[in-house]
Amino acid sequence: MSTAPDFRLPDTDGAEHGPDGVTVVVFTCNHCPYALAWHERLLAVATDYADRGVRTLLINPNDAERYPRDSLDAMRERVASEGPWPAPYLRDSDQAVARAYGAQTTPDVFVLDAERRVRYRGAPDSDHGDESAGSQWLRDALDAVLDGRDPDPAETDPVGCSVKWRD
Amino acid sequence: MREVLGEECLDPQAVEVREVPTDETAEREGFVGSPTIRIDGRDIAPTEGEPVGLTCRVYRTRDGSVSPVPDREDLRDALRRHHEHST
Repeated sequence: MSTAPDFRLPDTDGAEHGPDGVTVVVFTCNHCPYALAWHERLLAVATDYADRGVRTLLINPNDAERYPRDSLDAMRERVASEGPWPAPYLRDSDQAVARAYGAQTTPDVFVLDAERRVRYRGAPDSDHGDESAGSQWLRDALDAVLDGRDPDPAETDPVGCSVKWRD
Repeated sequence: MREVLGEECLDPQAVEVREVPTDETAEREGFVGSPTIRIDGRDIAPTEGEPVGLTCRVYRTRDGSVSPVPDREDLRDALRRHHEHST
């Protein structure tokens, strides 16, 4: 069980956030259809588990120069038009956090326990195209961590668009 | 896609898969994201004002959901339209 790197990243209002307690870290973005398909399901998890002390952080690591739709301005516009969201939307402008976590896709989900150990990593659920899948893998992982059990599965293959790295 | 071609009694092997590896290629091809499906050069879901580039393409299925691929019925309709116009 690896320990996840600590970080502080700014949200769309400039406030900084990082892991604190049980935390769901989601690498996501504005333009990927997989990220968009899972977005509402992930927000539902953020809402449903907030009362149990779970913090959810959405991080956009994509190269905004080649993909202007993932710029901080575009992130702000999205939150303004769709929000408020139950989780802050953070900008990883130098991609350092995404690299440190080994993020591969958008979305790529990590569940950290209070000691910042990675307890689950992968996709939110089995099917981006099925709303009823309900981010169940993520929910099961959170339930396990909150109940002091090991998530099963603890890892699934992340599914989505590749993170758009800078050259 | 090949399934729909087969269902429409068309040759599933007639699909030509082309990689768009660079920004320059995307610009030259007017490529607005992956996957882009064209029938005889015509996009099955044409977009207006969509920027050209190496990105992922967002489709809407008929139930309004976001999808990385087009709705199979949209693909079917595009194939039928093409068939009508070409016969």
